[in-house]
Amino acid sequence: MERTEWPLWEIFIRSQHGLAHKHVGSLHAPDAEMAIKNARDVYTRRNEGVSIWAVKSADITATAPSEKGPLFEPANSKIYRHPTFFPMPDEVKHI
Amino acid sequence: MSTDRQLFDYLLRLADSDLVLAQRLGEWVGHGPVLEEDIALTNVGLDLLGQARLWFAYAGEVEARFAGAGRSEDALAFLRNGGEFRNLLLVEQPNGNYADTIARQFYFDAWHRLLLAKLTHSRDARIVEIAAKAEKEVTYHVERSADWVIRLGDGTGESHVKMQAAIDDMWMYTGEMFDPDETDTALAEEGIGCDLRALAPAWREAVVSVLDEATLTVPSWTSMQRGGKNGVHTEHLGHMLATMQSLQRTYPGAQW
Repeated sequence: MERTEWPLWEIFIRSQHGLAHKHVGSLHAPDAEMAIKNARDVYTRRNEGVSIWAVKSADITATAPSEKGPLFEPANSKIYRHPTFFPMPDEVKHI
Repeated sequence: MSTDRQLFDYLLRLADSDLVLAQRLGEWVGHGPVLEEDIALTNVGLDLLGQARLWFAYAGEVEARFAGAGRSEDALAFLRNGGEFRNLLLVEQPNGNYADTIARQFYFDAWHRLLLAKLTHSRDARIVEIAAKAEKEVTYHVERSADWVIRLGDGTGESHVKMQAAIDDMWMYTGEMFDPDETDTALAEEGIGCDLRALAPAWREAVVSVLDEATLTVPSWTSMQRGGKNGVHTEHLGHMLATMQSLQRTYPGAQW
């Protein structure tokens, strides 16, 4: 008999005060609807969130660890890209 | 005119069905078919245990009105014998396979939600308060158990056969959910409890619609088992209580 495992899902949760969904972990579920339900039970037991996203892990395209050098290192030497050279006005939130 | 003794008995029925089912679901801890299900199912169990505690606490207060002193939550849960339990026969049935657990849960959840919705209009403020909190939890429970009935019924050949067998096996325990006795009637007439018979059409409609979607056949027989609310139970309750109560019976008054 063929053994079929449920697909893996990546779970993102928006917290009470957060503006963006954050990755919290992964779980197995037979379909999208059950992935949301399982995420509710596995990751929001302690009132962590107000919204859940579930994405099939297989649908995520990721950078390869071996490309780390060419992709990210060139930015290291360009400190002028960081907004650290001027004072931040108090009114500006969420940065 | 209903009495405090009847109200006490009524509250025990609500509490005992929650408690017994919570204990059954607790038996799945560490044995769930997958990790996610293990967590989800026992979450449901914990919800029910929380609800049982609220009903027990209120029952204890009501008992104090006519008996001089009311028993604590622990005394009510752990120091009564099987014949004093007032839960539905449905919820004391053994876990069986996962389809059995899901069928039992679905029949109960579908009824539980309808009952709680009615109790949020009770004339008793405490009942309203507890029912309102519980209703939110149970709305999720029934969504979940219905989902599983559909997925197992309309799943593989094997899951379909097992789900149909479970739906058939548990059917005879559903009748007493809609079967009022004197206590139910007295409390319903005063707007404290609810008319159990009136829940039947909505329950049947919900069950039929889910079973249809699950490609399962609705059981057609009408011969039902009853007795839970009068303390007449199936042989399974005693064994379950022996396990559940062993600690408190062995070390009376033990605390965490």
